Amino acid sequence: MSEWWTYRPEDFLLFSERVYWRLFELHNQALWPAQSVAVALGAAILFFVFRPKSWSGRVVALAMALAWLFVAWAYHWNAYATINWAARFAALLFAIESVLFLWFGAIRNKLEFAMGRNPRSMLRIALVIYAIFLHPPVPLVDGRPLASAEVFGLTPDPTAIATLGLLGLSGGGGRVLFLLLIPIAWCLVSWATLASMGTWEGWIPLAAVVFALLTRPWRRPRTAE
Amino acid sequence: MMLPPIVAAQPSEIATRRIPATGEAVPAVGLGSWITFNVGNDPVLRDECAAVMAAFFSAGGRVIDSSPMYGSSQAVIGYGLEKLGRPDDLFSADKVWTSSPSDGPADIRHSLKNWDIPAFDLLQVHNLVGWQAHLPLLFEMKAAGDLRYVGITTSEGRRHDTFVEIMRKYPLDFVQVTYNVLDREVERRILPLAQDRGIGVIVNRPFRQGGLTEQLAAEPMPEWASEIGASSWAQYILKFILSHPAVTVAIPATTRPDHALENVAAALDPLPDGSLREKMSAYIRDL
Repeated sequence: MSEWWTYRPEDFLLFSERVYWRLFELHNQALWPAQSVAVALGAAILFFVFRPKSWSGRVVALAMALAWLFVAWAYHWNAYATINWAARFAALLFAIESVLFLWFGAIRNKLEFAMGRNPRSMLRIALVIYAIFLHPPVPLVDGRPLASAEVFGLTPDPTAIATLGLLGLSGGGGRVLFLLLIPIAWCLVSWATLASMGTWEGWIPLAAVVFALLTRPWRRPRTAE
Repeated sequence: MMLPPIVAAQPSEIATRRIPATGEAVPAVGLGSWITFNVGNDPVLRDECAAVMAAFFSAGGRVIDSSPMYGSSQAVIGYGLEKLGRPDDLFSADKVWTSSPSDGPADIRHSLKNWDIPAFDLLQVHNLVGWQAHLPLLFEMKAAGDLRYVGITTSEGRRHDTFVEIMRKYPLDFVQVTYNVLDREVERRILPLAQDRGIGVIVNRPFRQGGLTEQLAAEPMPEWASEIGASSWAQYILKFILSHPAVTVAIPATTRPDHALENVAAALDPLPDGSLREKMSAYIRDL
């Protein structure tokens, strides 16, 4: 791209804010009643984080792999790509994240999601709870219908935000860095997109990244914590 | 959604410009599709776009411009054309947009499929992307009778040096550039060169993607705007653009049928003379 310094984020925006929000309405209509299944999946993940079993790390990782793969296919490939040709690349990245969860969590059992008794764990679980239960009603705050809700496991932002919180609870150490890259990248892309549209909601994915990084999710929990 | 009948509402008056290369007359206001027509598969919004096209055609508009870069805009235009019974006098302007030198033909075929038309009237190399390969391809198509006009585009003042070089070297029919009351860089080299070389000029982003009209909405129009028959800021800006003698067509984009009508009407006389043009630009610059 020549004269790249002359481009602004809004130069890459291909659609209007109205089209963007209506895309979620149509997406939700097409998937109904999958929203309740997705929230139940999120609740099950939280249950296993609070009451971990010897096998639950594999189950949570498998659930996250499914969530990322479903968003790649149903949202990016089928819905978002109709207004943004770059969504096909996002679909590929989301599929890669799904494979990473499968490999490190479901196959190699290196992710043991569990709640610790320390302030960092509190902050991380707060991020997960926000993504699953509090992110969907955000449209109501903005005066839009609940029909345009972004739901964990069906749309990218809450899925990425929940992942940022969950990875901090995984005890995965340095390998978490591999899994952090794509959700962080997506949150930054989402922030740039929403900010270009001039909506305050862009601050949510950006704040999630800052919040998650402050808890240093790649650090293994200290036994004394 | 009910669409305005095109045939029943033939315009009584329509301002046209001659394409320098052939002398063919085209309406001076066209319809852009950047952002506004990228509505995906949303049936409600697709019908709204078709209503904009219906209003545009009913006012006598003919030139519609799009690009493969504009997401679903091409397919939405195709939907509108189908819904409106494929107006005979459509002037279809599109672009080739791929960095791969060999993908030009496939890119054009895909665009034709989206519009669902047999051939384009005008194809332009979008923002000079891969122009070294695509421009010869477009001239070949024109020689073979598969295309009527060839052009190049840029926006917001980018790559003007290369743009001017190509204008000097190739027998272009059209160039497409950004031009409005505030963005006047093209007046220095490109518009005079287009006049010298007999190249038609299409003006994109006349309202700075809506930002300019949005910004002006709260400001009062000067009393003297009535001298040029401008009843809105959009008409004020379009009259400024169309009064430059090098400009052939301006292509504002809109999501509203009433704005499409208002835009087409902006080309009607009176248009400002040289001194009034300077006054118009200065007025907005000083706001």
